[in-house]
Amino acid sequence: MDTKEIILDVKNLNTTFVSDRKEVRIVKNVSFQVKRGTALAVVGESGCGKSVTMNSIMRFLGKNAKIEADSIQYNALRDGKVTEYHLEQIKNPNGPEMRALRGPDMSMVFQDPMSSLNPVYKVGDQVAEGLIQHTGMKKKEAREKVLEMFRKLGIPDPEERIDCYPHQFSGGMKQRVVIAIAMICNPELIICDEPTTALDVTIQAQIMELLKDLQVKEGKSIVLITHNMGLVAEMADEVCVMYMGRVVEFGSLEDVFDRTSHPYTKALLRSVPVLGLADGQKLETIPGSTPNPANLKPGCEFADRCPECTAACREKDIPTFEISPGHRVRCLKYKNFPEVE
Amino acid sequence: MNEKREVIFKIENLKTWFPITKGAFKKVVGHVKAVDDVSLEVYRGETLGIVGESGCGKSTFGKTIMMLEKATGGKVLFNYGGEFKDVTKFNKDEMFQFRRKVQMVFQDPYSALNPQKKIYTSFEEPLKVHGVKNQADREAVMQKVLKMVNIQPDYLMRYPHEFSGGQRQRLCIARALEVMPEVLICDEPVSALDVSIQAQVLNLMKDIQKEMNLTYLFIAHDLSVVQYMSDRIVVMYLGKIVEIADSRALYDEPLHPYTKALLSAIPVPDIHKTKKRQILEGEVPSPIHKPSGCAFHNRCPNCMEICKTVDPAMVHHGAEGHMVACHLYTQNEKQG
Amino acid sequence: MSNTTTTSIKAQNKSASSSLLKKNIRKFLNNKLAVFGLIVVVFMTLACIAGAIFQVDYATPNLTSMKAAPDSAHWFGTDTIGRDLYARVLFGGCYSILIGVFCAVLSSVIGAVLGAIAGYFGGKVDAVIVRISEVFQAFPQLVLVMMLVAILNKRGLGNLLFIFVVTGWMTTFRMVRNEFMSLKGETYVKVCEAFGMKRSNIMFNQILPNVMSPIIVSTTTNVAFFILQEASLSFIGLGVADSTPTWGNILNAAKSVSVVTNQWWIWVFPGLAISLFVLAINFLGDGLRDVLDPKQQ
Repeated sequence: MDTKEIILDVKNLNTTFVSDRKEVRIVKNVSFQVKRGTALAVVGESGCGKSVTMNSIMRFLGKNAKIEADSIQYNALRDGKVTEYHLEQIKNPNGPEMRALRGPDMSMVFQDPMSSLNPVYKVGDQVAEGLIQHTGMKKKEAREKVLEMFRKLGIPDPEERIDCYPHQFSGGMKQRVVIAIAMICNPELIICDEPTTALDVTIQAQIMELLKDLQVKEGKSIVLITHNMGLVAEMADEVCVMYMGRVVEFGSLEDVFDRTSHPYTKALLRSVPVLGLADGQKLETIPGSTPNPANLKPGCEFADRCPECTAACREKDIPTFEISPGHRVRCLKYKNFPEVE
Repeated sequence: MNEKREVIFKIENLKTWFPITKGAFKKVVGHVKAVDDVSLEVYRGETLGIVGESGCGKSTFGKTIMMLEKATGGKVLFNYGGEFKDVTKFNKDEMFQFRRKVQMVFQDPYSALNPQKKIYTSFEEPLKVHGVKNQADREAVMQKVLKMVNIQPDYLMRYPHEFSGGQRQRLCIARALEVMPEVLICDEPVSALDVSIQAQVLNLMKDIQKEMNLTYLFIAHDLSVVQYMSDRIVVMYLGKIVEIADSRALYDEPLHPYTKALLSAIPVPDIHKTKKRQILEGEVPSPIHKPSGCAFHNRCPNCMEICKTVDPAMVHHGAEGHMVACHLYTQNEKQG
Repeated sequence: MSNTTTTSIKAQNKSASSSLLKKNIRKFLNNKLAVFGLIVVVFMTLACIAGAIFQVDYATPNLTSMKAAPDSAHWFGTDTIGRDLYARVLFGGCYSILIGVFCAVLSSVIGAVLGAIAGYFGGKVDAVIVRISEVFQAFPQLVLVMMLVAILNKRGLGNLLFIFVVTGWMTTFRMVRNEFMSLKGETYVKVCEAFGMKRSNIMFNQILPNVMSPIIVSTTTNVAFFILQEASLSFIGLGVADSTPTWGNILNAAKSVSVVTNQWWIWVFPGLAISLFVLAINFLGDGLRDVLDPKQQ
């Protein structure tokens, strides 16, 4: 596949945190691609490294994080021409190269809309800031653009709302404003880190509809970080399942939901209550709890909780096998399939 | 279901209002009507799920029944061997005894255990307070409840921060069971837990219920979790009950437009079920300035003229025990 | 059989038991500055107490060797009327440290109790206690001291202790009140209420241990604060009576410019003692804060 189709290509990303003189590897050999104009869902429980992975790519992590990767390639498509950026070669996480990319090319929507906005500035000004910063637009023009964006995102009475302060907004509206901030410079790639976890289900449905629209109608590429398998089923084209810092399964939506292959993904799908379960039907449980990332045993991280664990699982790091084109699983059950990097 | 079920809680017109004060003299300028005129019955041994969005008053409702919040009006009647006593009128002593009958499991297991104390101390204190004088007796109880939640006794000697969220929530459940309550009010017991842990705790709670013949009041915002746990479900919106139904009936034929919207808003992890999404417009209004008439009318897809002025009453509709507060059904009733 | 196993959950699982104390001590020992502070504080306190026990002669004026520079007989020299400065600094240390520690501890206790009550109950109780604390805060300490001296017509240790405690509890009070305000919303407090525990039990047995670390830290720093207060009050002559030496009182002798310029030892040594002790206490307090209050890091 060429660089026109793939917008983000990550190979062997490793992120290590240093705390108390100990080094803890939170993200381990993570590789994935995001296809242009599609939505990739990164699923996993808290602490599986899904947020850290995305923050590593955006370089939002503190000084105690060490990021190493074979390649983090971002392919910008401007006027039919592809420009390649090698993010792993950018030294300064807050230098001009990185800052030029954030906003006009890739942007991020965070989990908590309440703390994503600065309470002392008007929302309109907060949205316009990126525009003024990146394009040098005049304030008046920027205001027009913001109004347009507010209308597009379904914020009612944009002319009035643009001069309001964040506290005058409800949670769902705040998240729309946060999305407006992320969208205002017309980026190609939007990374949404649990964008609806802090919101009610009816509001979640509104926001998800909005994001899906952006992807389908405007051709944006979306990375959705979530723990909710339901949202994945509704939003994603491709799914990346993570457990303890590793990608355990990667594939198209059908691959992951219909031909679920990794025992963890299977367990995850079956342990979540679903509406309309038959009476007396019991949920399956995953035994044990997630291990402490600071002292992991060798071998597969899921071995202790896995019903299909064998002795070989505990020996060494498990490679990834490609069981059908584009469907990759990190499990020894599939060792007859070709190994991939 | 015609068998007579024993009522354990009878809640009549319960109101919990929080005053909004202004100025130096704390003049009351209005009320947040967190729970506004709620009546329902809870049967012994059942799980009654209470579901609704944030701000609908479901947590306050639980806390009011637990008497952790003062009721502004109405009655909470508890069944003392066939005789109903009003909990809101209890004196200190009666209240203390009531605490042994009804216990609560809270949402956040991370702050539910005192971080400065060993689990042992946190477990011992309630027993001491409730008159178990002998240490051996106390430890016997502790052993028993720990066994129910599958936790090793040696864990007692540790501090809360050494445990994961799931373990802490299990410890919290065990502690609530120490006084052998009849009713357990569970306020969002799994919403702070990881998805892979939720099923563990939910199944555990189901097992314990069978073992001890407990009655659960299961409060949560996640309808799929509530549906999995409950026999009957109460749907709340802005401090009022909009629908009560058996768990299955609520899913199969929801009556209230809000319930329908709630059901359709929940994402289903199944890529072949393409369902028609009904997306609600707008947001939940603030409970300080509730809309007139039916509180839901400004978001309701089936809003009629009458909804804007008249607050609908609860009526029976369809299967037995299925009640709904909506003019769609009161109208029908009148016509028929 | 079952009885023997059940009675000994505690004893049986000693090995599994974890200790916050051990961990905290280890953490404290890693902080070099705090350990230095602790050593200096302990050493100076012991030296002063030893001086008091051995009854060093601090009071007898030696008119033959007034304003003598430090030598082998008088390590710190002598003051304006020939009293041995070394003995005076040791003895004065006893009083100064006593004033500091006594006032800090007592004001912390008062502040903590009132803060707990105000914070936990809130509402009217809170409003009343906060108003009272504001009244006390509005009085300048100096004026209060003068008032008391005027009323009792004498200067004494008791005066100072009283004034310091009365005017010193507000900072601890405010801190404890705010902590209680936020901690009473914690779930474990609700759990205790759900079990029907007594309010006093919840306040002092459940919540207070969680506020203990900031109280300990502020008490330590308050010790330093009160020592400095005493020094400045005594220096301007409103502190304890002249007959009782304190570090501030000794400095009082160095009020005239001629002493300051010509007899440096009269003010350098007590000054040094004050600075060193206060500095060490502050190091110690900072170290304790790092250990006890992870939020501050």
